[in-house]
Amino acid sequence: MSADAGAVSAAFSHLGDYLGWHVLLSLSAMLIGVTVSLPLAVICTGSRLLRGAALGFAGIIQTIPSLALLALFYPLLLGLSAFTRATFGIGFRALGFLPALAALALYSMLPVLRNTIAGLEGVDPAAKRAAQGVGMTRRQMLLLVELPLAAPVILAGIRIAAVWVIGTATLSTPVGQTSLGNYIFAGLQTENWVFVLFGCVAAAILALVVDRFLALAEAGLVRRSRPRIAVAALGLAVVFAAGLLPLAAGVERRPVVIGTKNFEEQYILGALIEDRLRAAGYSAVRRDGLGSTVIFDALAAGEIDVYVDYSGTVWADDMKRRDRPGRETVLAQMTEWLRRTHGIRCIGPLGFENAYAFAMRSDRAAALHIHSLADLAAQAPRLRIGGDYEIFTRPEWRAVERAYGVRFETERQYQSNFLYRAVASGDVDVISAYSSDGRIAQYGLKVLADPRGALPPYDAVLLVSPARARDANFIAALKPLVRAIDLARMQRANLMADRETSKRSPEEIAAGLDAYIAGRGLQPEQK
Amino acid sequence: MIELCDLAKTYGPVAAVDGINLQIGTGEFLVLAGQSGSGKTTTLSLINRLVEPSRGAVLIDGVDTRETDAVVLRRQIGFVFQDIGLFPHMTVAENVGITLKLAGRTRAGIAVRVEEMLTLVRLAPERYRDVFPAALSGGQRQRVGVARALAASPRVMLMDEPFGALDPPTRDELAADYRRIHERLGLTTVLVTHDMTEAMLLGDRIALMREGRLVQVGSPRELITSPADDFVRAMMESPKRRARALAELQAGPA
Repeated sequence: MSADAGAVSAAFSHLGDYLGWHVLLSLSAMLIGVTVSLPLAVICTGSRLLRGAALGFAGIIQTIPSLALLALFYPLLLGLSAFTRATFGIGFRALGFLPALAALALYSMLPVLRNTIAGLEGVDPAAKRAAQGVGMTRRQMLLLVELPLAAPVILAGIRIAAVWVIGTATLSTPVGQTSLGNYIFAGLQTENWVFVLFGCVAAAILALVVDRFLALAEAGLVRRSRPRIAVAALGLAVVFAAGLLPLAAGVERRPVVIGTKNFEEQYILGALIEDRLRAAGYSAVRRDGLGSTVIFDALAAGEIDVYVDYSGTVWADDMKRRDRPGRETVLAQMTEWLRRTHGIRCIGPLGFENAYAFAMRSDRAAALHIHSLADLAAQAPRLRIGGDYEIFTRPEWRAVERAYGVRFETERQYQSNFLYRAVASGDVDVISAYSSDGRIAQYGLKVLADPRGALPPYDAVLLVSPARARDANFIAALKPLVRAIDLARMQRANLMADRETSKRSPEEIAAGLDAYIAGRGLQPEQK
Repeated sequence: MIELCDLAKTYGPVAAVDGINLQIGTGEFLVLAGQSGSGKTTTLSLINRLVEPSRGAVLIDGVDTRETDAVVLRRQIGFVFQDIGLFPHMTVAENVGITLKLAGRTRAGIAVRVEEMLTLVRLAPERYRDVFPAALSGGQRQRVGVARALAASPRVMLMDEPFGALDPPTRDELAADYRRIHERLGLTTVLVTHDMTEAMLLGDRIALMREGRLVQVGSPRELITSPADDFVRAMMESPKRRARALAELQAGPA
């Protein structure tokens, strides 16, 4: 229970930042959504064709899974930013606030459009005839009679949209926008259920409070009660102000932005980098859980300042290289390529590899006489393989397929936490694993050899954005991390986050690693 | 003076109004009577261009109404609706003052005029000014409707079955009140009704319509004493029968 209490207080320490961004994002998206939807609905009212087109479009947007909609805006905005930079010399950030804002604003449109059209079409014909009869112009009729009479219905639509947007805004975390979703995504990765629950409850409370105040405003409009409307407006203003206040307090200077991909090792290393930068006097924030291509583009664009990547990922994904010249050559060529093509500074390797590997339960491997990928290929048609969401679409997997001609009976995808349980329980025979994962030893797995060298090396490397590359203090603060963490130490650190019992938070583990690196001799597991 | 010259309105193949010629004198109280669907409401709506004619023209004081912008025209003519048509989201004062607001009058000027109008229709301003229409009785609402129509000082009032939805005592009281206002302000009023008794008691003249055409135009007395055809005679039967029955009740043994 004391561990849970610790997790709750850790969760509270992020609340100002996460809630502030969540409120700012939701509020901005709603303002844009309503500003666009209201006039659109007015134009569409009375025209069957336009109404069908607008509602159809908004309806299609609604059917796109919200996470996909958010994700789609990143490449879209990236392309747009490249275009404006080329044409007008002005680019903008394609990661974070903008894609989340655009997707959520689109998402808010359907209920507002639908209710505004329904509200306007539901206005009593007698009132419209009277408006005409007393000599109102079309515009006066709309502003003085139709919109005021439709207002309760329109507000009901805004209410629905607000609840949707506040809920969906939690999904903006993977596109790099801080929100209450940070609790949920970080918690899901590290199996910190207190965090997941905290994020859900916080988002739900925010949605409920906003919903209740909007309901009060709606009742006020229906009953033409000015006090109700005033209380509702005041309540909403207080909620927004309270949400945005900590944000306003924290924006006086741009902090360092540390990016992390979406697994435990990255969270630990992100926390470690944060510790070292704070110790050097920088204020730092983290953008956690970014996708692996998103994070590289974000670094090149200066949207994040530093993150840990793996040499083989850059080698295959960004350099499009298929040759395998060896670990140190890959490092050297990658460092030179990053500097030349993107101005990115590679400070150096951390000292361990997190390579793609294929692992089986030792007893099963022994029974089937499988020691290498070549042995595996011979029996693969009768075997099942489990992978994470990326592996089967990655060039490394194609390289393995090419080199060994493997073809499995079935391929399944799991969230990485569940991969190990799947192989341990026999749901799958072999899994794609990561060599630095502590669970390989914990579950007694055998990593299969790669005699044909199909898989590239994956040295963890510290990459710094072009802008920060010139900051000597910044580089100096991170330099001690180079070649400081060996594979066994990283595996143990990862296991502390991954194991079923007495889990540690990434921050706690990072503090242990930092202490070790600082030469105080404290072992991470004694922390 | 209002002149309807060969006025017609067709909806597809159906002629709602089918070639009407009629002169309404300044200060006259003309009742357009007829059964449901006879075209009397359409005729009324053609006068202030709520409906545009398919043929013919409406002249007010010799000027074709189409020479005036429809919105401007409607602001010069008072209109009282059958379903009252008060704006439910506005107070009584806001409803009565709406035409003045549209005309851009000052807030203070509007307030003074609203007081006058409410007093004219016999609603105590201090009591009713700030209530919403939903809190009023049917008769009170229609008084507000009349006040609203009169606020911009129109010379012409168009009334579409204004008392139709009210209970009989309220209807009679309101009709009598309006007739007095008509006299006092020297209005020209065109009132539509399907109630022949009401038509007889209110109108200086009655224009009786059937299937989009005028059947007979004359004073109530002329319509009773010399009906143009069997239809007019039949229409006059109902009020006469009721009057006789009432007279017998009064005269006969208890």
